Amino acid sequence: MNILSVEGLGKSFGGIRANHDISFAIGQGEILGIIGPNGAGKSTLFDLITGYTTPDSGKVVFDGKDITGLRPDKICNQGIGRTFQKLKPFADLTLLENVMIGAFARENDIRHARDKALEIIDFVDLIEKRHHFARELSTGQRKRLELARAMATEPKLLLMDEVTGGVDQRTIPGLVALIQKMKASGVTIATIEHNINIIMEISDNILALDQGQKIAFGKPADIQNDERVIDAYLGRVDVA
Amino acid sequence: MENLLSQARQEPLWNTNRNIVVGLAALSLFLVVFPLFGPGPFYLHLMIMIFMYAVMSQSWNVIAGLSGQISLGHGAFFGIGAYASSYLYVQYGVSPWLGILVGMFFAGIIAIAIGIPMLRLSGHYFAIATLLIGISIQVIFQRWEMVGAASGLWIPLTDESSWSALQFHDSKMPYYYLFLGFFVVTYLLVWRLSSSKIGFRLRAVRDDPQAASSLGIDISKYKIIAYAISAVIMAPMGSLFAQYILIVDPERMFSLEISIMVLLMTVLGGIGNIWGPLLGVAILIPLSEYTRIYFGGTGSAVDLILYGLILMLICVFRPAGLISLFPKHWIEREKQR
Repeated sequence: MNILSVEGLGKSFGGIRANHDISFAIGQGEILGIIGPNGAGKSTLFDLITGYTTPDSGKVVFDGKDITGLRPDKICNQGIGRTFQKLKPFADLTLLENVMIGAFARENDIRHARDKALEIIDFVDLIEKRHHFARELSTGQRKRLELARAMATEPKLLLMDEVTGGVDQRTIPGLVALIQKMKASGVTIATIEHNINIIMEISDNILALDQGQKIAFGKPADIQNDERVIDAYLGRVDVA
Repeated sequence: MENLLSQARQEPLWNTNRNIVVGLAALSLFLVVFPLFGPGPFYLHLMIMIFMYAVMSQSWNVIAGLSGQISLGHGAFFGIGAYASSYLYVQYGVSPWLGILVGMFFAGIIAIAIGIPMLRLSGHYFAIATLLIGISIQVIFQRWEMVGAASGLWIPLTDESSWSALQFHDSKMPYYYLFLGFFVVTYLLVWRLSSSKIGFRLRAVRDDPQAASSLGIDISKYKIIAYAISAVIMAPMGSLFAQYILIVDPERMFSLEISIMVLLMTVLGGIGNIWGPLLGVAILIPLSEYTRIYFGGTGSAVDLILYGLILMLICVFRPAGLISLFPKHWIEREKQR
């Protein structure tokens, strides 16, 4: 069963077609990897799904409901969480307070919100940092903060924008393991990722974009051999 | 890990610092017994002004410090409170206590009516809009015959001091306790608010609206809530001040100076911190009253020059306000423990 289906989604900024006629679906419990060169429209696609940008055409169906053009907070309440490519922690609040604000999406009681936040912070392996201000955390830790904060809203679908981008190499395996742990906990995931090895390893399906258009969709093994993907993104090695 | 989690669960919700608790207990005790030492009318008046402005600045701190929206016309809600209770008393003999509630109600409704269109605007435009609305309301009351237009309303004297009519002729002491009561209740409620779900969500809206909305927070709704709460806190001070001086007129009650003073005091003390407004008020009010004594009735210009100077120094050297001079673990906003 598909938890999310996107049908003919399009958006232009001025004369630029940031997204054009994009369609795909994500099955319940899967990880969808989204790849494409810079400017391919990956983040725009997330913004269209989560209500930060209103699409010109097409529709987004989540969990059987048409959610096209809803405000971001309504999208969250429907059950879609997201992280941001350019991190947006609440810098002057502690890690625990950051995650509690996520938990308040489903909780009114402060103690319940606290306990739930602690559990999720433990899940992302940052429990010892709970009283640190977000601004004191490293980039990798702030990525975990954003994941925890989004998880605290109890999403059925989580959109991750470059979780392994901009962190040092040693922290990547931990983040990848965390993504797999999140999948195992039952969350469906769509992740934008530049690291091709990671995306091949974790994805059930891959959506490849280029210049705002879908150029391929399929299993990792098929994508790896897709001519257009190789041209646009993976690069062709000339074998003489 | 499991140990750390269960240990974390055992931690108290709030980090109650002993220094703060002891300090507050001592301060409360002092404030309660202060009038019993017979300090004389000037010092009672000084304290009354401190309590009043402490509440007014806290009102501004809720909208500006907690939700991050700068209001430049907050005096409007002071005036609305003053006129609501005074008009009801003068015209219909309604007790000012009820008048206070009516003033709070109107202030809240007007804040929502202003907030719905204006808080959709981003930062600067809301500030400009509130400035213009503050000035417009003053002009409206200057022309409004029903409430006495430019000459305002005189509150008729009762024969005797009375708690139901909130008039005290023999001594300022009852006014002292009246303002003290409102001050304490306001600060308790704002503390409660800032450590509630609404408080958390308002800080999220202030710090990063985009991230906040990804967490299910309706940004406009929360800004409007903060604005309405802020207005409801401000209005009773107008009502009480009217009872204190027994006259309301547009010049005084809708003075632009009120809007500026609450901003100055909060920024001086420390915006966004619950104790910031109190600290700013405790410094600026005595400064203002003493300059009035030394430079005569028109000394108010001198205190404004001093304010300007102090504020410039604060902006350059202590942008987080004077509260940031205190040890960090003392004043750190009730950090979640």
